[in-house]
Amino acid sequence: MNILVVLEDNQGSLHRLSREAVAGAQKLGGSVTALAIGKNAGSLASELSSYELEEILTVEHDLLSSYSADGYSEVVTQVIQSKSPKTIVVGHTYQTRDFMPRVSAKLDIPFIPDIISLSDEGFVKQVLNAKLNASVSSESDQMILSFQSAAFNDEEMITGSSTITTFDVELDVSSVRSTSEEPFQEAAGDVDLENAELLVSVGRGIEKEENVHLAFDLAEVIGAEVSASRPVVDSGWVDSFRQVGSSGHNVAPKLYFSLGVSGAIQHVVGMKGSKNIIAINKDPEAPIFELSDYAIVGDVLEIVPKLIEALKN
Amino acid sequence: MKIAVLVKQVPGSESVLPINEGQSWINEDPVTFVMNPPDNFALEEALLIKERKGEGEVVVVSMGPNRVQKVIREGLAKGGDRGIHIEEDEPIETDPLLIAKRFAAVLKDENFDLVLTGLQSDDTGMGQTGVLLGEILGMPTATLAIETDIQGESIRLKRELESGWFQWVQFPLPASVSIQSGLNTPRYPSLKGIMGAKKKEIKTVLGSELDASSRSQSIDKVFVSQTSKQTEVIDGDVDVAVQRIAEILRSEIKVV
Repeated sequence: MNILVVLEDNQGSLHRLSREAVAGAQKLGGSVTALAIGKNAGSLASELSSYELEEILTVEHDLLSSYSADGYSEVVTQVIQSKSPKTIVVGHTYQTRDFMPRVSAKLDIPFIPDIISLSDEGFVKQVLNAKLNASVSSESDQMILSFQSAAFNDEEMITGSSTITTFDVELDVSSVRSTSEEPFQEAAGDVDLENAELLVSVGRGIEKEENVHLAFDLAEVIGAEVSASRPVVDSGWVDSFRQVGSSGHNVAPKLYFSLGVSGAIQHVVGMKGSKNIIAINKDPEAPIFELSDYAIVGDVLEIVPKLIEALKN
Repeated sequence: MKIAVLVKQVPGSESVLPINEGQSWINEDPVTFVMNPPDNFALEEALLIKERKGEGEVVVVSMGPNRVQKVIREGLAKGGDRGIHIEEDEPIETDPLLIAKRFAAVLKDENFDLVLTGLQSDDTGMGQTGVLLGEILGMPTATLAIETDIQGESIRLKRELESGWFQWVQFPLPASVSIQSGLNTPRYPSLKGIMGAKKKEIKTVLGSELDASSRSQSIDKVFVSQTSKQTEVIDGDVDVAVQRIAEILRSEIKVV
């Protein structure tokens, strides 16, 4: 085995980023083995049965009925020790961030996270608040990689065949120190961002809570919903169910009109599939402009009131 | 209750970021440095935990060249009890495993009950130091905590999952926890705090003497990303820009 892809269970089905991780692993070249962990391991494995994989390993155990960093890192460590893959690949998700560093430290294998693309020089990730890119390389024989959302396209997964094999792990009660309660959702609100045709999205450039109405006013004029970036939600200016990005919703509207959103990667992963992107930002270097169709360099507080007037006439 | 908070000094979000001559990182000279914003939430959480317990010690730990003493001092001004500076020759160390090993070497004899870190750093954004450190020190770990509750010899915390989901987990202390940004409102230092901080101890240790492991990964080159998208840039007079946006909405995207 050259590459091991560790899959993630997203409420019974394969996490989208796990599919993209398989596509990325196949692109790296060599034989690819996938690993499914937990009570849904069998169904996760069967979702991949028609793709070109050397093997799909499934691990089930009483102590793995719910996710824990201790349990999952121990399983992945045992699989790596047994199969000696050169490269271990995962999607860059909240769950892999939670347990893969433990594997890295247990086995002394570097973990290069949040990769957005491959280049001749190494693995590319964003640094310095997405203002610059960096190429990163491993100086070890083995390495762990996590791929950011949309680094690879899951439609490019190579089809073929694979076999599903059970892998036995040794786990005892003392190796899982945490107890987890059932996951829950908080007030979801009655806004369906993910199916909205048009979105006006508000970011830190709105400056003050008193200015947030500008986004709602503009949205009303063009018939859009209002979404927001994380800093605005964290400040309590906009409800959390309106948040777009890795800790909020994934959206792909016909128009994404952003007002003072800088475009940090955590936000961008949730909206880069939008058909048309208009962005207003004071900073000509704002990363949001890189993926915008229309980049307006200017002050939201000056432009938006005039735009509302112009659209009303 | 003995708590270590790991804080990093990073370029401020408004700072200029010129790429250095060798393209290996940025030229630091014109850069303005700040406390990594996610670490500020971890520091605040440590101070709140100590205040709720009514006893304890908060130790502010940072790694880097001499300039990072400024963020340690800032942590002490806000209420930290003492500081530890792991001194490095390099302007920035980019290998998380090496960083964690050096932190672990300093922290292991201190017997902390809790190690808190921010979600990730605004400079390299590797997002793994706290978990690596927890594993090396044999502690349970959790990331993205948005609420913490110390219950005797264990900690119960609310973790953020993806897409608006949350989960409570509990494990025994000592533990290493990374804090999600936004869970509290970081305080500003008081004048009394700033004056008091000058008298607080900052112990300096040399990173290279703590752990001599070789680097396991490195940032080789930084560069400005090349966009493939055709972007129309609208810059200049506000009224002209407004007319152009109205036209785009009406005639090109046709949403009005």
